[in-house]
Amino acid sequence: MAEEKESAEAMISEIHKQITDAFDVFDHEFNKTVDVREVGTIIRSLSCCPSEGELHDLLAEIEEEEPTGYIRFEKFLPTMTKVLMERRYRPIPEDVLLQAFEVLDQEKKGHLEPEELTKYMSEEGEPFTQEEMEEMLSAAVDPDKNVILYKDYVGMMTVEDN
Amino acid sequence: MKAAVLIQRWYRQYVARMEVRRRCTWTIFQSIEYAGEQDQIKLQNFFTYLMDHFTPTNSNQRDLISHIFTEDEVYKETELEKYFDHETIELPESYTGPHIDFPLTAAHAAALVEAFRHKQQLHARYVLQLLHETLKHLKLLPNINRVCTCFCEEITICGDLHGQLDDLLLIFYKNGLPSVEKPYIFNGDYVDRGKNSIEILLILFAFLLVYPNEVHMNRGNHEDYIVNLRYGFTKEVMQKYKMHGRKIHKLLQIVFSWMPLATVIDQKVLITHGGISDTTDLDIIAKVDRHKYVSVLRPPKKKKRHNMAEALSIRGGRTSEGDIQTTNMDSRPSLRRLSLTSTPCYSPGTRKRSPHDISRKVRRSVEEELEKCRRQVGFSEPYEDGKFSLSFSESDSESFEVCESDNAEWKQIVDILWSDPMHQEGCVPNAVRGGGCYYGPDVTEKVLSRHNIQLLIRSHECKQDGYEFCHNRKVLTIFSASNYYELGSNRGAYVKLGPDLIPHLVQYQVSRTTRKLTMKQRVSRVERSALRALREQLFSHKSDLISAFEKYDKNKTGRISLNDWATVVESVLHLGLPWRVLRSQLVQSAPEGLLEYHAWFDDLAIEQPTTEHVHQSLLETLYRNRSNLETIFRIIDSDNSGLVSFEEFCQTWKLLSSHLNMEISNEAISDLARSIDFNKDGSIDINEFLEAFRLVDKIHYTEREGSLLLTTPGALL
Repeated sequence: MAEEKESAEAMISEIHKQITDAFDVFDHEFNKTVDVREVGTIIRSLSCCPSEGELHDLLAEIEEEEPTGYIRFEKFLPTMTKVLMERRYRPIPEDVLLQAFEVLDQEKKGHLEPEELTKYMSEEGEPFTQEEMEEMLSAAVDPDKNVILYKDYVGMMTVEDN
Repeated sequence: MKAAVLIQRWYRQYVARMEVRRRCTWTIFQSIEYAGEQDQIKLQNFFTYLMDHFTPTNSNQRDLISHIFTEDEVYKETELEKYFDHETIELPESYTGPHIDFPLTAAHAAALVEAFRHKQQLHARYVLQLLHETLKHLKLLPNINRVCTCFCEEITICGDLHGQLDDLLLIFYKNGLPSVEKPYIFNGDYVDRGKNSIEILLILFAFLLVYPNEVHMNRGNHEDYIVNLRYGFTKEVMQKYKMHGRKIHKLLQIVFSWMPLATVIDQKVLITHGGISDTTDLDIIAKVDRHKYVSVLRPPKKKKRHNMAEALSIRGGRTSEGDIQTTNMDSRPSLRRLSLTSTPCYSPGTRKRSPHDISRKVRRSVEEELEKCRRQVGFSEPYEDGKFSLSFSESDSESFEVCESDNAEWKQIVDILWSDPMHQEGCVPNAVRGGGCYYGPDVTEKVLSRHNIQLLIRSHECKQDGYEFCHNRKVLTIFSASNYYELGSNRGAYVKLGPDLIPHLVQYQVSRTTRKLTMKQRVSRVERSALRALREQLFSHKSDLISAFEKYDKNKTGRISLNDWATVVESVLHLGLPWRVLRSQLVQSAPEGLLEYHAWFDDLAIEQPTTEHVHQSLLETLYRNRSNLETIFRIIDSDNSGLVSFEEFCQTWKLLSSHLNMEISNEAISDLARSIDFNKDGSIDINEFLEAFRLVDKIHYTEREGSLLLTTPGALL
């Protein structure tokens, strides 16, 4: 029993350090606060993959009662620890991602036209900004065929991520 | 719908991870840069200490010290003319570079730009002539240039260029050459780090002479021969101008000392290289004799001072105890020699990398080191008061006047050239840089309103976008060297101000590739460079790291947990980096969360060192301190020949080793010196020696007959 407790404590301590390091990258003023607009990036860098909606809910837990534009570490740490312990917002496995692309590819062509992808990403779900769209296209579009070979694209992105 | 959200979710996470990588890369570069600068302060403080307390015990040491510490010679006007006479230098028939004539015209200046664009070099004769004319002009200028926007549409202000000629050319291309309609203000740091420092200076000086009312140049902290020794400008001049380099170099020292310290536009906008401190007073600055500060890192020259070499030979016979007695250790309000970091104040509870903490940490470690030096140099008795304070020292009370106003004046100048803004309120010594302060928004508010100034434009710090506002948009940092850390690391920028004094910013980036890089490519490239620098750091601390790892690996399994790895690495390197975030980039595999640390070093290093432990750590120490070594070498190499004698090398190393933690036997040093002397003629080519370290990838350690041999591909043995 004592061993279990010890390893649980060790795990929590490790998680705390991970969260601290990630937080510190964005703590420009060295006063244990970060700009609220960067919190999404921090959470995602801790291997979480929340949707914008989920992020919004999470923020509500972390923000001050009167939003100041800054998030304090004291509030961030406990919430984030829980998120990591509960393994919430797990990253999306490659095959699931592929299926999602296949759903978009209604004609089952095996690829997507840039216009198609743009339409879906900018109008459906939690729409991309123009910048996000351009950036995605710049890497996803095959320069010779001018289409998105999504199978290759997903493969490429997930390999280098790990 | 769900599919769309899934993809969007995933993609945003991908972007976030890129962003973190980019941030970390930036932090890596900055940490390593600052660690290097801290090193520089320590070295500088060490020299200062030596100047006060070192008693050479033999003639060799005395020669060495007098090399290092000879007072800057004060040149009289007539001597100047004779020494820097360009007339005696003949232009060879074969010279195909640009020709200039005086008085200089716009055509000459433009011709210089074109010539340098085509990688030509200006002949030493013209260089000396140009510098001479520039000096004559600079002497007429006040410490603070006063400029007005009424005669033109807009003034263009540029920040640090650091020898990056491509950036200057790009600015001229986008914005136009300086002219009567196109005034420019350049805000310092023209030299060091980049490879075309001298060309940039020559171009800017030429325009300064052609358009004296429209072109203004402020001095930066790198317009300083001591800084140039370390950061590359001295070397560039010596390499490009082998025969006359020394003269050019010395003349440049004087030119730098005569550069104005600040510019004010319409009495409302202050432009200076670093910034301000809470004591900044433009009225005081306007009145100083700025040329007394040949290097801003040394206290001002005083005419009454003994030549240090003389002082040393006088003291040669005295005992060390005798010296101690003349040292005044109680805290007097007036300082003879203000060290660069005066007593820092700090607030508890700030994180390790805050200016407050760094200040305190550096001060403590420097004091510890000085304590060690003192012991090693032979002062075995503790001082009466017990504590050695960094700020106070007094050796020959007869020859040095205690002058409070001198030091206050010195501080004014150091502050405007070296300070950085910070987010927190207050004013704290800038121990990371070695001089000046960190100033907060309250200080900006106070100083600016005291002088009725509405905007401070400064440079000195590299910014991702080439510029950055802070302190409620009262401070604008402008940085004009794009790709400063690495291709793709940052943009450069310049700012234009019209009579409305509203800043209009223009950004740019010098890039050879015309194809647009994806975000991933941009981040990766810079990241690779940063990681390589970081791996070098890790590798050069191998011995320390291994012994620290072993402390955590009590069962000697050769493995430690990744968590412990992060803790150890930070405790040895002190870079304040987010190691757990960087881990995936530095550690290839760690089955079950455990790292085999010996194997890890093999991955880090390009090849396997087969040397013994002792030689390994000597080499590491050398490698780690190569910048310090280079600095010291260049100081010793007073004839700028690039060669250092055996004896000098050994003496240098001993000097440096008392500054470091290492005890190195005479034998090891001699062995090393002998093996470096490739052509066996008793002298060591500094550049070759240092080049060996720069080619880390190609370094090959082999052990031969018990001594260390450094070889580079194709080197002669």
